[in-house]
Amino acid sequence: MSAPVGATAPAGQVDRGAPVLRAEGLVKTYGRVVGLDGVDLEVHPGEVLAIIGDNGAGKSTLIKCLTGAVVPDRGQLYLDERPITFKRPQDARDAGIETVYQTLAVAPALDIASNIFLGREQRRKGVLGSVFRMLDTAGMRASAEEKVRALGIQTIQNMTQTVETLSGGQRQAVAVARAAAFGSKVVVLDEPTAALGVKESGQVLRTIQELRASGLPVILISHNMPHVFEVADRIHVQRLGRRAAVITPQTHSMTEAVAIMTGASPGR
Amino acid sequence: MTTTTAPSAPSSAAEEFEQRRRSPLQRLQLVLHRRPELSPAAVLLVAVIIFGLINERFWQPANLSLVLQQVAVVAALAVGQTLIILTAGIDLSVGAVMILATVVIGYLVSARGAPGWLALLVGIVVGTGAGLLNGFLVTRIRLPPFIVTLGTLNILTAIALLVSGGISVPGSELGGLLTFTGTSFPVGPFRVTTGVLVVLALYAVVGFALRQTAWGRHVYAVGDDAEASRLAGISVNRVLLSVYTIAGLIFGLTAWVLIGRAGSASPNAGVEANLDSITAVVIGGTSLFGGRGSLLGTLLGAITVGVFRNGLALAGVDVLYQTLVVGVLVIAAVAVDQWIRRVKA
Repeated sequence: MSAPVGATAPAGQVDRGAPVLRAEGLVKTYGRVVGLDGVDLEVHPGEVLAIIGDNGAGKSTLIKCLTGAVVPDRGQLYLDERPITFKRPQDARDAGIETVYQTLAVAPALDIASNIFLGREQRRKGVLGSVFRMLDTAGMRASAEEKVRALGIQTIQNMTQTVETLSGGQRQAVAVARAAAFGSKVVVLDEPTAALGVKESGQVLRTIQELRASGLPVILISHNMPHVFEVADRIHVQRLGRRAAVITPQTHSMTEAVAIMTGASPGR
Repeated sequence: MTTTTAPSAPSSAAEEFEQRRRSPLQRLQLVLHRRPELSPAAVLLVAVIIFGLINERFWQPANLSLVLQQVAVVAALAVGQTLIILTAGIDLSVGAVMILATVVIGYLVSARGAPGWLALLVGIVVGTGAGLLNGFLVTRIRLPPFIVTLGTLNILTAIALLVSGGISVPGSELGGLLTFTGTSFPVGPFRVTTGVLVVLALYAVVGFALRQTAWGRHVYAVGDDAEASRLAGISVNRVLLSVYTIAGLIFGLTAWVLIGRAGSASPNAGVEANLDSITAVVIGGTSLFGGRGSLLGTLLGAITVGVFRNGLALAGVDVLYQTLVVGVLVIAAVAVDQWIRRVKA
């Protein structure tokens, strides 16, 4: 893979243009448990930002704040430098932030095309669509196929196959294709390779690179250091509800990243 | 933590191997998985042939016409029941809703002198309201559908008996429109009642909505995986509420078919319809776990039950054995569904 722009300089010192999505001072507490303790985050156009952190470091809460699943107690989100508030996941989706959940959120008995267009079905043109509310099944299939091809996903061939007949990696590909098809600003991937074998993980990583090549920024949450170091441009290290450091695969080794994650090294 | 490198093994060889390794049984499982209505279709076909061979009167057009008329009411209720079971719910109150609508219609005409069309309209509204109540309790109060409809089954049955005083209103008092569904006309050698046509129209309309509209797709998706549907931006509660309400409307409309079939508005007709509708849906291949099944299967399931009852009667089998056989069919159908659901990729 090619080295990202500004690979030689430490993160944060390179001008990457205005961030697409920026979070400032996010705080979220659950009773007396502090989930997020003033977290900043920014994602720039066309980059893969990985978020790593130990269990309980606040990765999930952070992601949920970005995708509208959780409303932060304090702090502000900016989309294209304009303040924005998400009260529900649908708000984030409407704003162009698509999420691939760890559980994949696919309906197993529906076919691939139906899943890609689930909740966003397209109707036929003319009276059939407007009066009889008929779905444009053929059109959606064709366009689903186009989107899958555009991502370079070769493991999925037949759009009429039901999702439950697919392997874990293929299901992941469907979920990613859906996110990429409708995410106009940012695509968030939550542990996309956690349940996958070696071959399938490789496919997902290639898809992430395709997404970046298309100019769409990706936020990748992962426990898997080799995967993170393979695709990430920058790595946001979350520790004890805060951002401990932002590093790059070029400036830090995996061992150093883990050290920051666990508190053995202060970071920066 | 696993350490992996970017792999690039050819993917198709292993998959092709998987394809070839399938036994005939596994292939059957796959086919049934795609088209769950094939199993009731096969059972129905075999049953029709065997019953005809046992007693050739079974095949006579007059008898086949009778079977259709006998299953019309349960088949109509099963349309609403299918919608609900597709969302992984269940409705024990379908017959009670229909009977309540029936006695309300009878009461309005006989005691209040209302015109037939108005009484029918109010009956359908009552059915819709009962469905809305079920849907409200399921989605807002978050009670399990089984408990909600068990409750409304008792409540609505009691109200129906209170309204009617346990007395039937004869068809002669009800007038032409309300008994219109009982009138029959010849189609070739067969005699079809208007009620059967109403039921078939119901299947066509709801079947279209299920297969061709976004709403139908959402009904399947919600039953398949409610959480995934919510994350995909579907308002799960709105879909569920619409399903229970539309089902109530269907049960209200079925009251019309029941009045035509029974020739009166009776609080005692169709009391066994609650469970019969579930039987038809399950034999029709719709999964009780939601998200899988079809209205065509339900129609076949309803007809299958009718064919078994009629065919066994013509074969001289005691009525108790007919019920026994239907019970066996239900268990077999669910067992097949369980097996189909275990299909491997």
